[in-house]
This record gives sequence, C-alpha cells and structure tokens, in this order.
Amino acid sequence: MSLFEEFANRDRVFEFLTPVESPVDVRHGPILYLEDVNVSFDGFKAINNLNLTIDDGELRCIIGPNGAGKTTMMDIITGKTAPDTGSVWFGSRHNLLRMNEPEIASLGIGRKFQKPTVFEALTVFENLELAMATDKRIIPTLRAIMRPEYRERIDEVLETIGLKDLRDNLAGILSHGQKQWLEIGMLLMQKPRLLLVDEPVAGMTEQEMERTAELLTSLAGKQSVVVVEHDMGFVRSIARKVTVLHQGSVLAEGSMDQVSNDPEVIKVYLGEEA
Amino acid sequence: MWLTRPLRERSTQLFLGVLFAALAVVTLLHLTMPEDSPFYVSSFTVTLMGKYLCYALLAVAVDLVWGYLGILSLGHGAFFALGGYAMGMYLMRQIGDRGTYGDPILPDFMVFLNWQELPWFWHGFDMAWFAFLMVILAPGLLALVFGFLAFRSRVTGVYLSIITQALTFALMLAFFRNEMGFGGNNGLTDFRDLLGFNLRTDATRLGLFIASGIALAIGYLICRGIVTSKLGRVSVACRDAEARARFLGYRVERVQLFVFVVSAMIAGVAGALYVPQVGIINPSEFSPIFSIEIVVWVALGGRATLYGAVIGAILVNYAKTVFTGVMPDAWLFLLGGLFVLVTVFLPRGIAGLLASRRKKQDEPTDTDSDTGKEATA
Repeated sequence: MSLFEEFANRDRVFEFLTPVESPVDVRHGPILYLEDVNVSFDGFKAINNLNLTIDDGELRCIIGPNGAGKTTMMDIITGKTAPDTGSVWFGSRHNLLRMNEPEIASLGIGRKFQKPTVFEALTVFENLELAMATDKRIIPTLRAIMRPEYRERIDEVLETIGLKDLRDNLAGILSHGQKQWLEIGMLLMQKPRLLLVDEPVAGMTEQEMERTAELLTSLAGKQSVVVVEHDMGFVRSIARKVTVLHQGSVLAEGSMDQVSNDPEVIKVYLGEEA
Repeated sequence: MWLTRPLRERSTQLFLGVLFAALAVVTLLHLTMPEDSPFYVSSFTVTLMGKYLCYALLAVAVDLVWGYLGILSLGHGAFFALGGYAMGMYLMRQIGDRGTYGDPILPDFMVFLNWQELPWFWHGFDMAWFAFLMVILAPGLLALVFGFLAFRSRVTGVYLSIITQALTFALMLAFFRNEMGFGGNNGLTDFRDLLGFNLRTDATRLGLFIASGIALAIGYLICRGIVTSKLGRVSVACRDAEARARFLGYRVERVQLFVFVVSAMIAGVAGALYVPQVGIINPSEFSPIFSIEIVVWVALGGRATLYGAVIGAILVNYAKTVFTGVMPDAWLFLLGGLFVLVTVFLPRGIAGLLASRRKKQDEPTDTDSDTGKEATA
C-alpha cells in the first residue's frame, strides 16, 4: 500500500493516534523485559549490556555492590533516564522507552524511592487518596469527590500496611518505618502490576524489617515485585529468586543458595557477608 | 461542587461574615452619619479601604501560588498591572471628546504624540464587556505562556522567582516607552466615568468599594475551593515532593500551570478594581519592588492560609498610609524591620499566631469537659 493510500484510508485511526490504553499483555510470561540496555554518564558505563526478565507475579530481589547500577536500572524502567541503546518492554505490548514518567506510572509501574518520600503536610489518609488510581487530569481532580468505594479501598490498604490507627495523623509525624509502609501503601493504591522497591529496610529496626518482609511477600502473586536491597539477611528472608548486578550487568541469577555459592559472586562481595 | 464546598467550613464562614459585616458597617456609617460626627466615614476613607481590599485580593492570589504550590512569584505585580491597564484603556475610551484636545476617538496622549489613528490593540476597549474580558484574559494569557515555558522546563525555586522578577521588570521598561501606546511613563489617567457612573461622585466610590469587597469574597471562595479540593492536596504534594507526585501519575507542570493562571487572573481583577479607585495606572505598578512588597504582606499575614494574606495586606498598607504620612523617610526601614522581625519570631505570620492561640484556648476547655464528665460519673 502506498503512503497516500495509507493516509486516505479513513475507516481506521492511524496507529500513532491510537491511545496506549490497551492492557498489559503478559500471555508470554514476562511482565518486564530488558534487552541489551546500555547507559553511560560522561563516559562511565553505569549499565553495560543489561538483560533482565521479570515474570508476572514474581518477587525478585536484586543485589549488588554500590555502583552496580541498581538505581540507574530503576530510573530507566520508570522513564527518568533514557538509555543509550537497548529495549525495555512492559509485557509484550508496551515499549517503555517511548513513554514519559506519568504515562509509565499510569500503566501500572509503581516505584518506591530509597529515601521515604511521602507528603508530610498531608494526613496518611490523604496521602493514599492522592495515590489512588483515578483520573489524574486537572479538572476531574478539581471536581473529585470522595466516593464510598474509594474510602473502602483506602481502608483496605490502611489495613494491609498496618497504619489504620494513624489514618488522620500528618504523615510528617510518622516514624521512618511507618513512612516506608505508607509509601508502599501509596504504590498499592495505584493497583500496580509491577512494584519497584528501592532499599525498603534501610534504617529499619528488627521488628520493622520483619513486618516489611511479611508485607512484601504478601504482595507477590497479586503483583510482581522487584526489591533492590543491600541487607543480605533481609534478602534471604524474602527471596525466591535473586539477581546479582555487577558493573552494570547481570553477574548471576538463581535462588539465594545458588547465588551465594557462586564463586564470581563471592569474589565481588569479598569481605562482605554473602 | 468544589466552589461551594468552602461555604460549609467554619473558617470561610467566619471570613465572609467579618468581610460583609465590615462592608455593611462602613457603608452605613458613610451614608447615615452627619459629616461632623466622629463616626463619619469620609469618601476619602472609603476609597482608601477599597484600595486595601484590592491589595488583599492580590495577596490572596499570591498566597495561592506561594503557599499552596510553593512557587514564590516575585512578579505578580505584572498581572495586577495588566488587569489595571485593561481597565484603564476602557476608562480612557469612555472619556470620548471630553479630553483636553477634544478628539472623539484618540486619547489625549496619542493626540499629543501626533498619532493619526488608534493602534490596533486599542480597538474594542470602548465596549465594557470586551474590556472586562481582557482584564481576565490578558494576565491569564501572559501567565499561560510564561508558565508553560517555565514549568515545562521544570524551572522552580529561586530561579523561577528571579525570572518572574525579570518578567515584571521587562514589562515595566516596555510600558515606559511612549511607542508602546500605553501612555509611557505618565500612564493612563484623567478618567471620567465607568459604566456611565461618574467616578468623582461619592456614590460611585462607595459602589467601587463594595464591588472590591465582593470581588475579594469571590476570589477568596475560588482559592479556598481549589485548596480544599483534591487538586489543592495535589498542589501541596507538588510543593513538598514533586518527584513523588510525578511518579503517582500527576502532570506536575499542568497543576502548576493551572493554579498559576487562575492566580494571575485574580490578580488582574484586583488591578482592574484598583485603577478606577486611585484614578491612574502607570508603569510603576510593574516595578519589581511592588511585587516584592506583595510577598512581604503574605509573609507577614501567614502563608498557606489565604485569610492570613488578607490580614497582612490590610495591616501593612494601613501602616504604610499612617507612617508615610508621619515619617515618609522611615517607612521602608520600618517595612524591612517588620519583615525581619516576623521571619524570626513569627515564621508562620500573624495567622500562625492566631492559630496557636486558638489551640491554647481549646486545650483547657478539653480538660474542663473531662473533669466535668468525671464529676457527673
């Protein structure tokens, strides 16, 4: 068909005009697929031929020494950083490299930052309200009202993250651990397909860590969860499958026992408990 | 509806109650008291208070973007002045052939500059509806274009504040030029009537005062409606953790743009009501100092409360009227000193002081009711 016929054909919408609303296609298994991704900052290769596949409903831990490219990888998936080369697919239908941050967020990828970032001047309830998967455009947001089903959904999440009694407190007065849970709760409000969690237990007490492990394992299955973590004890307590990153590429992948007996991994983590 | 929601709030009811009571009292005293009575409110005072109300509306607009969106605009005087110029152009066209040179179409300054015909952008301003539309549209359009460019490039914080200063400064220089067609450094003045009412009569002055009060009430309601809506909470979210808001799926730059444009339009209305009351509009309203002064009013009154901005604007301007009369040279030092004192001792402004006092009063009553319960039990 010539280009003219292509444009003259009026019984269909041009491909570039169709909105990307179609549901995430996970019929082939993987929900996230990174292939041959490369990123360099001022000549420093932060990500070097990275290949990574996350299956739907999986709980995956990603470990690696400082500078292994863990956070950069998260930045690429969420659209904050554009890779130099490579491809990143969400399901087998959505090319993440062609979308910006809000589009990727509304597609169902939620991200938890290293440092807990909640809206401190708003209450716990309001934090969850803003995170809810609703119409995020200006005028609908201005006219939004609190519907009973929204309230139920928020209460449900408050129950899951264990902050029910603190719902009307300002998020600013929460403890460090509680802020982390609130942030995970905010991600859950978006009904994400994929949760990216960056160092969830940094600075947590022993009990808080246990609660967090419970929370994350309870989420897996309903949604895919990718956890980036330094704390080996914590990774051991939740991990089914672990990926080790080193200098921007995958060094080893497998169960925690497999990985921690891998000679390459031991070399990289030499002197560290692994 | 988002606009009527604030009416159910106690703070809004209180604010509107006080505002309308003040309007009613001033009107009554002005109309009924004999001129030699100590309670008589002169026409001069009525106009002065109308001016304060316009400033208060402007301060509310600034508080909306600064307090709730975290955008410190040091150029809101530009939107105020644009609204004022739109009104001024209408008032100039209303003079008709009663000007010094008696030209039926051309305002005096154009005749003086030997211009033969009206510049294109002066057309339409002889019609009130068009001029009033421009009062809102001109500042709104400037804010839209400026905000679109600034927020899209994610310019925030100090850099944005500096650009807003540059914006108003550039406009001031432009409006000073005679070739711009806005009367150069003399601006627009010698107004006669508005909608057929003679601007020099007491009744019109009173009417403008009441109109300013009503505009303040409506502007306050609009701002309050926005900040109590979900969009208001999103604004606060963008203010405190922009990246988080973006990852939640909000278009931060659009939120900023929307609120900024609304704020600029409100500032424009304030300027339009201000001009017929002071009788002149000239480029000095664009001066960076004026825009900074507005921010000082809001800071003094208390950020992110809206009513604090109103209190701050009225108090500072009242003080300005008093002190520039008594010691004209000391005023700027006093204003600076006041700003420093408030920043150090009252970081949340006068509104913060009121809020903490109310809390203190509430606490003892709580314990009182507790002991009361125990006694009855």
